Amino acid sequence: MFLTPSDIGRIAKLARLALSEPQSARMLDQLNGFFDIVEQMNAVDTTGVEPLAHPTAVIDHVSLRLRPDLASEPNQREANQKSAPAVERGLFLVPKVIE
Amino acid sequence: MKALHQLGVAELASAIADKNTSATEAAQALLARAKQHEALGAYLAFNEDATLAQARAADARIAAGERGPLLGVPLAHKDIFVTTDFPTTAGSKMLAGYQSPFNATVVQRLTDAGAVTLGKLSCDEFAMGGSNENSAFGAVHNPWDITRVPGGSSGGSAAAVAARLVPAATGTDTGGSIRQPASFTGITGIKPTYGRCSRYGMVAFASSLDQAGPMARSAADCAVLLSAMAGPDIDRDSTSLDHPVEDYSAALLAPREGATATQPLKGLRIGLPTEFFGSGCAPDVLAAVRCALAEYEKLGATLVDVSLPRTELSIPVYYVIAPAEASSNLSRFDGVKFGHRAAQYNDLADMYQKTRSEGFGPEVQRRIMIGTYVLSHGYYDAYYLQAQKIRRLIAQDFQQAFTQCDVIAGPVAPTVAWKIGEKSNDPLANYLADVYTLSTSLAGLPGMSVPAGFGEGGMPVGLQLVGNYLKEGELLHTAHAFQLATDWHTRAPQGF
Repeated sequence: MFLTPSDIGRIAKLARLALSEPQSARMLDQLNGFFDIVEQMNAVDTTGVEPLAHPTAVIDHVSLRLRPDLASEPNQREANQKSAPAVERGLFLVPKVIE
Repeated sequence: MKALHQLGVAELASAIADKNTSATEAAQALLARAKQHEALGAYLAFNEDATLAQARAADARIAAGERGPLLGVPLAHKDIFVTTDFPTTAGSKMLAGYQSPFNATVVQRLTDAGAVTLGKLSCDEFAMGGSNENSAFGAVHNPWDITRVPGGSSGGSAAAVAARLVPAATGTDTGGSIRQPASFTGITGIKPTYGRCSRYGMVAFASSLDQAGPMARSAADCAVLLSAMAGPDIDRDSTSLDHPVEDYSAALLAPREGATATQPLKGLRIGLPTEFFGSGCAPDVLAAVRCALAEYEKLGATLVDVSLPRTELSIPVYYVIAPAEASSNLSRFDGVKFGHRAAQYNDLADMYQKTRSEGFGPEVQRRIMIGTYVLSHGYYDAYYLQAQKIRRLIAQDFQQAFTQCDVIAGPVAPTVAWKIGEKSNDPLANYLADVYTLSTSLAGLPGMSVPAGFGEGGMPVGLQLVGNYLKEGELLHTAHAFQLATDWHTRAPQGF
């Protein structure tokens, strides 16, 4: 048993997911089943091993590229907002945040 | 001439170039066929007007004297690539009806080469799954046995190519999502080296693993597609490899040094990881794989034993790293800028939660939970960082193996395709089934599935071939030599 019901609640809150009680119970079972096999990782001696974040690092031996901070795309506000749930005068609408 | 749907990419391109048919006629015939077999569930979207406009444009280019290996050839795209002419859902309710303002680089390159898009193909939601049962829009059926899964996450692509609905399709592979469905449906698929194809416009799942590749009936057809898809996309994908692209069709045909007429693969050393041939693999799969390897020996290759000692560890390592990246990538789905938004909510936080719980399916929510947990304070070092360290050891294991061999071979998956519903309530069983494909993905190496015979229930078995970095040409050459000597890749499921 790695996770408790309160862990599930905390993680769901961090992940912005609303889980019902039966969903939370099922999630707890499934995640604990999964973390059983994750425990194998603890037995591996990784002293002095650099984490590998990106396989590209192995191939190119260079860090990730950056490009100049220039506007390279045309303004496509309308096309970009076409699939937005709520838009008014070119702005995305969200529920009131500041009273 | 054979019926149009029986032709592969190269045959169709020749038939169109020789005016035996036209791009328009081919597109119309295959659209009609796709609709005739809608019950397979392979396609999620069509746009007949757009398809026929692309076909007419290709016909005009041909009439003007242009020639090209993809000019006028109908293709379809996994619904993880964004497209302007078709909606893009990534198999998720979250993106139902989403219209992209731009095309993915891979889609744009194939379109520029004159390929005609027939539609979008189903996949597991956000490419998370190995059975295509995680699509929000219904299961896809394996044309070899419609009660079985086609594999996943590129299950729609695999089913459509296997059922001869389309000569080739795009797929993506994060932990095996091209190779495993190709194996399950008896087609050929290649996941290139990480960074070889641009990720621009691929809906992100795990950014350090996601890679696009072609799925077709033969290695030769995969080579045609990959030549067009691959290549640097420097301004749009910071992980795109800045290396020139080989002409894969030329690499496929170029004789190996030392090759003879009867032994085209003379000198090729094929490494067999002992960990891939243990009791974890079903006997029917092992039997087919061993027969294929015997064929390789006839072709002149030498088989050598190698070891990938951290094969089993690749499961927890992958299922920590991929969900960690997914939980971060999927935080963009908040009901504000695009996609689903809950109808009822009290405030902003409530809107986020309800939107995400309604929009994401169970497997996606599970992975977001795992990812959020392993990245959270107090657990990051023990899980995420430790997984990244073991990831480096796994990559080193491959380099050690490649000192003894040129190509690594083994099964793609421990079993043939299972029944729809058989594992759908057991996420861990699904994760464990990925054991032979995950390590290649973690190392960022190119891998293929090549049809190698049949197993239990007459279901196809694929042979996995793994090459070193940027050795796609050698992999395709190795697969092509096998396909010249065998006919597994030409078999079609009954009724298709």
